[in-house]
Amino acid sequence: MREIMFREALVEALDEEMRRDENVFVLGEDIGQFGGSFKATLGLLEKHGPERIRNTPIAEEAIVGAALGAALVGMRPVAELHFIDFATVAMNQIVNQVAKVRYMFGGKARTSLVIRMHGGGGSSAAAQHSQSLEAWFVHVPGLKVVMPSTPKDAKGLLKSAIRDNDPVIFVEHRALYTVKGPVPEGEYTIPLGAAEVKREGSDATIVATSSMVGKSLQAAEELAKEGISCEVVDPRTLFPLDKETILASVRKTGRLLIAHEAVRRCGWGAEMAAIAGEEAFDYLDAPLVRVCAKETPVPYSPRLERLHIPQKEDVAAGVRRLVGVAR
Amino acid sequence: MAKLTRERALWMYETMIRIRRFEERAIEVFQAGELPGFIHPYIGEEAVAAGVCAHLSGKDQITSTHRGHGHMIAKGLGFNGMMAELYARSTGYCKGKGGSLHIADQDLGALGASGIVGGGIPIAAGAALGIKLKGGKEVAVSFFGDGATNIGAFHEGINLAAAWRLPAVFVCENNRYAQSTPQSVHQSIRDIADRAKAYGIPGVIVDGMDAAAVYEVAGEAIGRARGGGGPTLIEAKTFRFWGHYLGDPGTAYGHDREAPKWKKRDPIPALGGLLRKRKWLTAKADEEILARVKGELDAAVEFARKSPPPEPADLMADIYEKAL
Repeated sequence: MREIMFREALVEALDEEMRRDENVFVLGEDIGQFGGSFKATLGLLEKHGPERIRNTPIAEEAIVGAALGAALVGMRPVAELHFIDFATVAMNQIVNQVAKVRYMFGGKARTSLVIRMHGGGGSSAAAQHSQSLEAWFVHVPGLKVVMPSTPKDAKGLLKSAIRDNDPVIFVEHRALYTVKGPVPEGEYTIPLGAAEVKREGSDATIVATSSMVGKSLQAAEELAKEGISCEVVDPRTLFPLDKETILASVRKTGRLLIAHEAVRRCGWGAEMAAIAGEEAFDYLDAPLVRVCAKETPVPYSPRLERLHIPQKEDVAAGVRRLVGVAR
Repeated sequence: MAKLTRERALWMYETMIRIRRFEERAIEVFQAGELPGFIHPYIGEEAVAAGVCAHLSGKDQITSTHRGHGHMIAKGLGFNGMMAELYARSTGYCKGKGGSLHIADQDLGALGASGIVGGGIPIAAGAALGIKLKGGKEVAVSFFGDGATNIGAFHEGINLAAAWRLPAVFVCENNRYAQSTPQSVHQSIRDIADRAKAYGIPGVIVDGMDAAAVYEVAGEAIGRARGGGGPTLIEAKTFRFWGHYLGDPGTAYGHDREAPKWKKRDPIPALGGLLRKRKWLTAKADEEILARVKGELDAAVEFARKSPPPEPADLMADIYEKAL
């Protein structure tokens, strides 16, 4: 199968959906001639023109509000906010408007919109351009939250998100944009709410999101050499969550490690841990382990940032603790 | 310029009476303890909703505010669904889940009333964008108060609509108070319409107690938007006869001292006088309107009282398109 970059997979998804449905359009900062800060809209302006690839002012509340207004009259906008940190500027629209209008107005409102943003650290972008705030959105009823980890998933999930009739927060990890992976040539979608077992194993389950999927797979490779067999499960959508696939793995291995790049307290892993406690308690043979970022703002210093962000070594150490192998 | 016809003038007159009577009835049943929640009466500002919506069809879109009953009635929403919503019944426009603050009917172009001040402004810009992308001739109108003109959403939303020349009209109902804070305290300008200059769009001041005047400036702004001429900021100088919400006597911030002066300029008798002067309204027709509205309201209250509350299972419905 051909291999393309994560960002190229996203561009393909947008391009295909815009060809498929004239109601799909994209709006956001620097997405036109500039092609997006991380080139995830590169070439779309030339193909689809400035009416459908709309460069916006730097005004996140207007971007999300305009996307919602357009959705309400029947469009399928894809709004791009740059950094997830900037979504905080648009939280009124996302939390009070986008997430609420269907319920609050009795079910008739059309809310088919996608809000894309990139999160995560690792590039010395410091405290305001590196956060992992996905749990904020998972907390809000009315939103769906997608977090792909591979180019193939990114494309298939973005296409599903655009076709979905509910608002979808689509979080891309910046470090993944240039990662290459196999992506099928033809048309395909990946349903929201379907986890994928990225590696099968029998001793421990690692539930990892976004950038931590790759790190967990590397850790699993290391651990295999030590005779520890890890199953790596990627939820792919944080809500709706494919509890069935995840808990089936937990019941099989009896051990659970949760890995994400967001800080530990009230991170998505806390929710995952609670679900495991509620629904798979009898199957857990050891206290579960969370591998998360340290509870600090993201520092600029590469040395400090590396300590802040969980690494593959942290995952491996966590699994050893989980299976009772002290080192 | 849109000439005020007999038909439109009578429509505005009846619409203003419908708004006034609906709210008076809502206040009555609220004070009798029949409604949960709270109510922000629009009474006194009716000329603005009527004068603007007189130019709108069902396919035009509006966004509204916490003080939204007037906009919704002027946009064509019926008494039954509105009253039932206030009563938190399943037959209400929002199935009892929104209440007074959030009445909406997307089928009638009423995109919704936002309780977050200024929240509807970018949404109206977006609706106008959707209309433009679909090649439609409709417009999106956003109603908001003077308090909303200091929040970021006002600036962001109008700037976006202006930059993209969208078919939107922004109607500021300047009722002199941001909840309890007088305009002279919350901003350094006297005329909010001045802010239009900052966006490169026309800004117009109109007497919000004069329905015919509102009709005229709204007609021009809406016509310009439909014709591709971009948005307008209209500032209607108006006054709410009640406090911020039911239960606020307005005594803490001078509202009660100003009220008598404004009540003398009540927009309903003012328009009635104009209609009679032009011989468009007879005493008999006037009585008929009042009787018709009263009959409809009696029926709406009866409908609401008899309607069932939402079922417990409705709690989990309509969060997403399909239950998850």
